[in-house]
Amino acid sequence: MIKLFSVKEKQQKEAAAAHGKLKQSPGELRLQKDISELNLAKGTTIIFPQGKDKLLNFEITIRPDEGLYKGGAFVFSFNVPTSYPHDAPKVKCKTRVYHPNIDLEGNVCLNILREDWKPVLSTNSIIYGLQFLFLDPNPDDPLNKDAAQMLQNDARSFEHSVRTSISRGAHIGGSYFPPCKA
Amino acid sequence: MEDLDGRWRDLNRLLARPGNIVGPGFEPQDEWIEFLQHQVRVLCVGAGGLGCELLKDLALSGFGNIDVIDLDTIDVSNLNRQFLFRMKDVGKSKAKVAAERVMERVQGVTVTPHFCRIEEKDRDFYEEFHLILLGLDSLEARRYMNQIACSFLEFDEDGKPDLSTIKPMIDGGTEGLKGHARVILPGITPCFDCTLWLFPPQTKFPLCTLAETPRSPAHCIEYVHLIQWPQEKGGEEFDSDDDTHMQWVYQQALKRAQQYGIQGVTLQLTQGVVKNIIPAIASTNAVVAAACTLEALKLVTLCSTGMNNYMMYVGTDGIYTHTAQYERDTQCLVCGAGVPMQVSPTATLQEVIDTLKESPALGGRHLRRPSISSGSSNLYMHGPLEESTRPNLRKTISSLVDGDGSILQVNDPGLAGPMRVSLQFRQS
Repeated sequence: MIKLFSVKEKQQKEAAAAHGKLKQSPGELRLQKDISELNLAKGTTIIFPQGKDKLLNFEITIRPDEGLYKGGAFVFSFNVPTSYPHDAPKVKCKTRVYHPNIDLEGNVCLNILREDWKPVLSTNSIIYGLQFLFLDPNPDDPLNKDAAQMLQNDARSFEHSVRTSISRGAHIGGSYFPPCKA
Repeated sequence: MEDLDGRWRDLNRLLARPGNIVGPGFEPQDEWIEFLQHQVRVLCVGAGGLGCELLKDLALSGFGNIDVIDLDTIDVSNLNRQFLFRMKDVGKSKAKVAAERVMERVQGVTVTPHFCRIEEKDRDFYEEFHLILLGLDSLEARRYMNQIACSFLEFDEDGKPDLSTIKPMIDGGTEGLKGHARVILPGITPCFDCTLWLFPPQTKFPLCTLAETPRSPAHCIEYVHLIQWPQEKGGEEFDSDDDTHMQWVYQQALKRAQQYGIQGVTLQLTQGVVKNIIPAIASTNAVVAAACTLEALKLVTLCSTGMNNYMMYVGTDGIYTHTAQYERDTQCLVCGAGVPMQVSPTATLQEVIDTLKESPALGGRHLRRPSISSGSSNLYMHGPLEESTRPNLRKTISSLVDGDGSILQVNDPGLAGPMRVSLQFRQS
């Protein structure tokens, strides 16, 4: 243990650091590190709508270059809580997409966004996860049940529906999916 | 100090006599009581379940100058364990009522209440205190206080912490029958951000389970809360303190549970799940607060070897405690090594980066792709912000930061951890 009060009078330290309120949360500090190390795949872009000094809200656009969703552009909003990285960023899909793991409100079923999130994971890990969802939609964990059933029962119709909705827009199962060509 | 009915007799046995398990450099003397009563200033953050216990323990252990800060007001559901409060206090400030009650009951103690958020006080306020005790229930508030305490820490040229700048914190926490007490000496023992993984994650169910295969009443409640509310209430923010909102979630969850043949959705469970409530237990608070106060006494006087550095307490089956020595995270972003660096205010950011790279004391030769931020300002960032921050490289450092003493945060894949540099302007 250290001897904190060996000098009983409080030491008057010169005010070295800039005083006042703290300028950022530890969550933001960590995010600065994440962003400086971000390694985006070809076709994936990021924008900071509030400028380069407001990192807690940003948008990622994923443009898959293979798989069923090739040719589409899908925008995800990231809302990073100040409790990051204890809590995961809140991620919503802003593009309406016919996908078994994304519902019409833009909720995304990706394990590392909820039950499997850990502080060692990063913004990069989530982006990989989202890219993977487009390469390998998983009908066993459906959030859009219609899409999951169609993928399971009739993969060719599913593929057709997805491609048409991306290139021209399509009504599928009572909902309209506007075109989202890259 | 007048010895009212020998009230300090027991404390003096600890403080005025030598012993075999005292801390290094302990000086037994009668003056400790006087010191505790009049010179030491402690801050108790939180005046809730733990806070009430801490304030009582501190006052009775001889601490004479205590400040308490809490933004909360007293709720009727607090009264079973937050023993400083009475029915007539419901609706009043916890900090104010707690301060009054302790001063009424313990002679000679001054408790100064602050009825506000911790964020409303600036660094200067926190610097006044020798010691900070935390009786909080949220990780966010802990991390905020942690960042404040760590911000006082300064390092010498060799990257060793300057002991006189250490702001000790003692943190208590309880959740039902479990609790912990820990001693944080920034720069010496791990800070909150070093051991973020120690905090249990909130239970979260997979969205697809909620949507498609609910199996428990909690699944039904979370489905309504997370998916059905935004769908049907279009844009209206859910407010867990609004009774009509909670009723709606409860009624809808009940319907969903019936659909899937699930029993057990109640209003109480709905509130518990949505607000993530774990019942608080008075005895856990008492045990943890006592451990914290004892550490406070030991830190200030060195009358006994201090806890090193984390004690867990489990009261679910009998009583179990275990003390572990956690280690600092060399990658920690909050209490990591910081070093002073002299620069000319007219140097460009590029020149500052070059100086960093050439400086062996700053670990410069390991730098490969340094990204530099100061507070929220991202001065130069690799990755997607490289292009938009590149023009800053030609600007002078004094035009980019707040002034002398500003802290630069340096992230680099070549460094073991992020580095904090405190800029010291000198005219060249």
